[in-house]
Amino acid sequence: MLTALIAIPAVGALLVALLPKGRDALAKQVALGVTLVVAVLSIVMAVQFDPNGKRFQFTEKYWWIKQFGVHYAVGVDGVALVLILLSTILVPLVVLASWNDADRSGGVDAPPKRSVKTYFALLLALEAMMVGVFAATDVFLFYVFFEAMLIPVYFIIGSYGGPQRSYAAVKFLLYSLFGGLLMLAAVIGLYVVSANAGHGTFLFDELRAPEILHHISPTTAKWLFLGFFIAFAIKAPLVPFHTWLPDAAGQAPAGAAVLIVGVLDKVGTFGMLRFCLELFPGASKWFTPVVLTLSVIGIVYGAVLAIGQVDIKRLIAYTSVSHFGFITLGIFAMTSSGQSGATLYMVNHGFSTGALFLLAGFMISRRGSARIDAYGGVQKVAPLLAGTFLVAGLSGLSLPGLSSFVSEFMVLVGTFSRYKVPAVIATVGIILAAIYILWMYQRTMNGPTAEAVKGMKDLSKRELIVVAPIIAIIVALGFYPKPVLDAINPSVKQTLIQVHQQDPKPTVAEKGSHQ
Amino acid sequence: MTGHYLVLSAILFTIGGIGVLIRRNAIVVFMCVELMLNATNLAFVSFARMHGSLDGQIIAFFVMVVAAAEVVVGLAIIMTIFRSRKSSSVDDANLLKY
Amino acid sequence: MTTMNAVLAAGGPELHPQAAEGVQSVAWLLIALPLAGAAILLLSGRRTDKWGHLLGTAMSLGAFVVGVLAFFQMLGQHADGRSRLVHLFPFISAGSLKVDMNLLVDPLSISFVLLITGVGSLIHIYSIGYMSHDPDRRRFFAYLNLFVAAMLLLVLADNYVGLYIGWEGVGLASYLLIGFWQHKPSAATAAKKAFIVNRVGDFGLSVAIMVMFATFGSLSYQDVFGQASQASQGTITAIGLLLLLGACGKSAQLPLQSWLLDAMEGPTPVSALIHAATMVTAGVYLIVRSHAIYELSPDARLLVTIVGVATLLAGAIIGCAKDDIKKALAGSTMSQIGYMVLAAGLGRPGYVFAIAHLIAHGFFKAGMFLGAGSVMHAMNDDVNMRKFGGLRKVMPITFATFGLGYLAIIGFPGLSGWWTKDGIIDAAFEKGGTSGQILGWLALIGAGITAYYMSRLMFMTFFGEPRWDEDVHPHESPKVMTVPLILLAIGSVAGGAFLILGDRFAKFLAPVVGEPEASHRLITPYTAIVFALMVVGVGLAYVQYLRRPVPRTAPAGNPAVTFARKDLYGDALNESLLMRPGQWLTRLTVFFDNRGVDGVVNGLAAFIGGTSGRVRRVQTGFVRSYALSMFVGAALVVGALFLVRI
Repeated sequence: MLTALIAIPAVGALLVALLPKGRDALAKQVALGVTLVVAVLSIVMAVQFDPNGKRFQFTEKYWWIKQFGVHYAVGVDGVALVLILLSTILVPLVVLASWNDADRSGGVDAPPKRSVKTYFALLLALEAMMVGVFAATDVFLFYVFFEAMLIPVYFIIGSYGGPQRSYAAVKFLLYSLFGGLLMLAAVIGLYVVSANAGHGTFLFDELRAPEILHHISPTTAKWLFLGFFIAFAIKAPLVPFHTWLPDAAGQAPAGAAVLIVGVLDKVGTFGMLRFCLELFPGASKWFTPVVLTLSVIGIVYGAVLAIGQVDIKRLIAYTSVSHFGFITLGIFAMTSSGQSGATLYMVNHGFSTGALFLLAGFMISRRGSARIDAYGGVQKVAPLLAGTFLVAGLSGLSLPGLSSFVSEFMVLVGTFSRYKVPAVIATVGIILAAIYILWMYQRTMNGPTAEAVKGMKDLSKRELIVVAPIIAIIVALGFYPKPVLDAINPSVKQTLIQVHQQDPKPTVAEKGSHQ
Repeated sequence: MTGHYLVLSAILFTIGGIGVLIRRNAIVVFMCVELMLNATNLAFVSFARMHGSLDGQIIAFFVMVVAAAEVVVGLAIIMTIFRSRKSSSVDDANLLKY
Repeated sequence: MTTMNAVLAAGGPELHPQAAEGVQSVAWLLIALPLAGAAILLLSGRRTDKWGHLLGTAMSLGAFVVGVLAFFQMLGQHADGRSRLVHLFPFISAGSLKVDMNLLVDPLSISFVLLITGVGSLIHIYSIGYMSHDPDRRRFFAYLNLFVAAMLLLVLADNYVGLYIGWEGVGLASYLLIGFWQHKPSAATAAKKAFIVNRVGDFGLSVAIMVMFATFGSLSYQDVFGQASQASQGTITAIGLLLLLGACGKSAQLPLQSWLLDAMEGPTPVSALIHAATMVTAGVYLIVRSHAIYELSPDARLLVTIVGVATLLAGAIIGCAKDDIKKALAGSTMSQIGYMVLAAGLGRPGYVFAIAHLIAHGFFKAGMFLGAGSVMHAMNDDVNMRKFGGLRKVMPITFATFGLGYLAIIGFPGLSGWWTKDGIIDAAFEKGGTSGQILGWLALIGAGITAYYMSRLMFMTFFGEPRWDEDVHPHESPKVMTVPLILLAIGSVAGGAFLILGDRFAKFLAPVVGEPEASHRLITPYTAIVFALMVVGVGLAYVQYLRRPVPRTAPAGNPAVTFARKDLYGDALNESLLMRPGQWLTRLTVFFDNRGVDGVVNGLAAFIGGTSGRVRRVQTGFVRSYALSMFVGAALVVGALFLVRI
């Protein structure tokens, strides 16, 4: 099942790439078809997933490089499942959203000739790797997908991006490669440690077993933790490793920005939850104060930066920096509501920020400028665009009733029950969030209609089809997050057991037990 | 006795090396390279003799084959450069830099 | 059993709601109907333009009918069994955090339900006429329905998370409706300001919820109040203060009052429904609902009363200086909510009066706002009272209904305001001690100022010589607008007596907030003083604004007047203390991020780039130099080999 989910888009990518020149329409249709098939398959898989069953399901395991103990091993737990669903649902929407992005002759900045089919082939290749990275249960395989993901993104930004695309693409690549190399070192280190423990392996299940865990000295564990953590912190991105994100997201075409911020970055937080915590429980606890501090700084710092941006896409990117602070805060609070909330946050953030990027992209493609002051009064000429943008934005500021609220609430409550001060500072983020979203909304959508915006068309049918499902998901998860939480909770429980942490008891109950 | 051959080989190699470093004419440089190759060949054969194994001789054959191939390519390059620049000095052909 | 004891120790009533039956079991319809209305109207687009307003009104009326049925069912139940729980669905669950979406139907919430759906429906009806010329009337009704749904969720939730969702939901509706005419920059700014200031309050509410979860392990009213007495004093006070911060934001109490006056940018029915009758009173609801917390913390209670008194004076002073009829009324709203908050902070005897005043205020203030809307309708949407005058002859119905509301708010004996406001003043004196005396006298003074500024408003608008602009031809509003005015006026006249006489409301609320020790005295030592102050206030206004002609442009006043006109410099304070430094901080941070954090990265890249640029100079293109370096390298390798060997 999982292999099919990886293989279908990969084959699709080849197919699209090999299509004869000039068959652009066909390339788009094939890409859309393939991604839809993958989406349906993944939904089927989600339905078959049994939250109360074994932790990893749909597992497959074959030798890959026997000499080094490398397996091709895949499987999903609840966390991986919802993230795979997030990716497979977003990709077809992104394909549909960027239908005309690659073949627009473009303005002055656009490169002279861009191959349409390559764009969609790259998107498909990216999807294959995103599914792979979430599904991998072999650390080496995970690393391979983790690094391979960079390639399509690099080309998408570098060939189809905005005026500063090559700067952004190279920055993205170098940042990620730097982190990736640290992780490679740590991956090899893990293998060496496991080999010393008597059985060299890369399998996640074997590495997290007590025989190997106890064999790692605390110092080694800290170094290995850092190797993984920095890679993930760059990916996530956590302050101070965040500066590639506004450039990459700002320069990438809107569809690709959705995938970069919505899914790709989740690999970082997913990796922290899955690998950092479970493989190095002791080191994770040791580093917790550092990570919490960085998270809280990220929340406030990212939000303040977002307020000061003049470019819509960069603004959204900075809001994500703030949101990722919440996610890492929840993960390292080491409480079940914190970690479940963080995981749910990953999903919700993917959808709400995805919607924001897509809508911003639609708007920018009409007006040809990403600067906030190039707009004004859009609501009057394009009420649908403004309305959906507002809903997505409100989800971004965690309005109750929309999906992000549930996760942010869980993260904050979960964090507060163990770490009071960070949670309270993080709560300031909700005020700042209101400022950056509503101020942007006011400057772009409200007020008298700007001259340049007057002829702007409202959302087309195609664009509406792209946005409607996301909005529906945002509202549905805002009121009924139970299905997702039910899938996540058992996995989080496993993680907490692995790090030997329990939810703090309510102080009243504690007092009662003393009496 | 074979020690003398090694000394000869070393001398030839040094002459070739110096030639490569100080001469400007491409043909001469080329001949010096050949001289170095043959010096090593001599060393290989001598070692083969010393150790009573054929390995050195086999390598020597490889070297000859490589040298022959090199001569073909190298001379062709020198010829084309000479045709276009009317010069066979290696210092004049320095466009492939930085 | 421990929970029971705890409740008894806290002196509160029993909190074990039974499952709801009958109409009450479908209490979710209360929320679902207007929510469905909002969804249909928003999603269907222009197709429903023709009948959208009717659907919206019908949904609100439907909710009202459900509310009334549930109310009568409740009256049939025994007093101890009037708290009923409606289980809906599990909302959040992770580890020990479990939050269910349940509704709590009890006397307190049903009082609010009736107020919200009743007044709400009247305002829906009124808006059909008021917004009839607006091309976006459908959207307006969608937002109104959304508001009603969110407000009902706020009061019906059985836990703080549900309350918070409703809390923010009404904030959203308020944002959308203040900014309804969003092409006006002032409206858009006011809407944003309202939302952001409210978010500051929400910060308090969020942290309060976190503290509650960390302390009690649950967020339902039942569990929190049940265990409240077991928590430490510091924790309880912290919760109380944080909740108060939330209440200040929503109810425009000091120091978060500044958004309410700007919120008058919204259409007038919005000001009546959201910014007078219902949403802004949510803070009072929050405090009364959490009375179990406040009863355990005298410090928190004291601060509540201080905030209440400060705001009631501040609002009244602002009301005195405004020439904009809506802003004058907004100042008055602030002030009246100050009374309610004061009452809520006074403890057991005050709760009933807080809610009773809230309901009475809902009637008379909504009526007056709608009346003001009717006047604006007649005056081409002008709000400047200096250009009104003499309207009583051309708009008799508006005048009469407005007049009744006016008499009610200044506390004319027998009308709603008299019953409820006197009760609050009395309760303040009853508190005893110095603080009780101070609070009582300040509330008394506030009553005098109220009489003054309301009379000023009344005289400037309806009496005296017409000062209209030339092209203005006032006329009475259509029936669809005047009928709601008349109904609200009836409420303003009779509501107070109905609630207070015979302790009717106190007994009704007793299962929730507890039985007051003694029944309410109708005539207190202060009744005469209140009446005297009222007469003084009216007389002063009469001298200033009826005997003398009112100038069409505002005269430059003394510093005190300017102080009041500028909203007591609240905005200036916010601007200089928060906005400016915030902007500077933002700019500084952006600069730091671009030059500092990103500068390090780019600097590193530039350094590596520069170094390699220098290093590549080694690549000279001279074959012989390459050969030399090869030889040197080979020699080095050989040398190294020798060294290692040795």
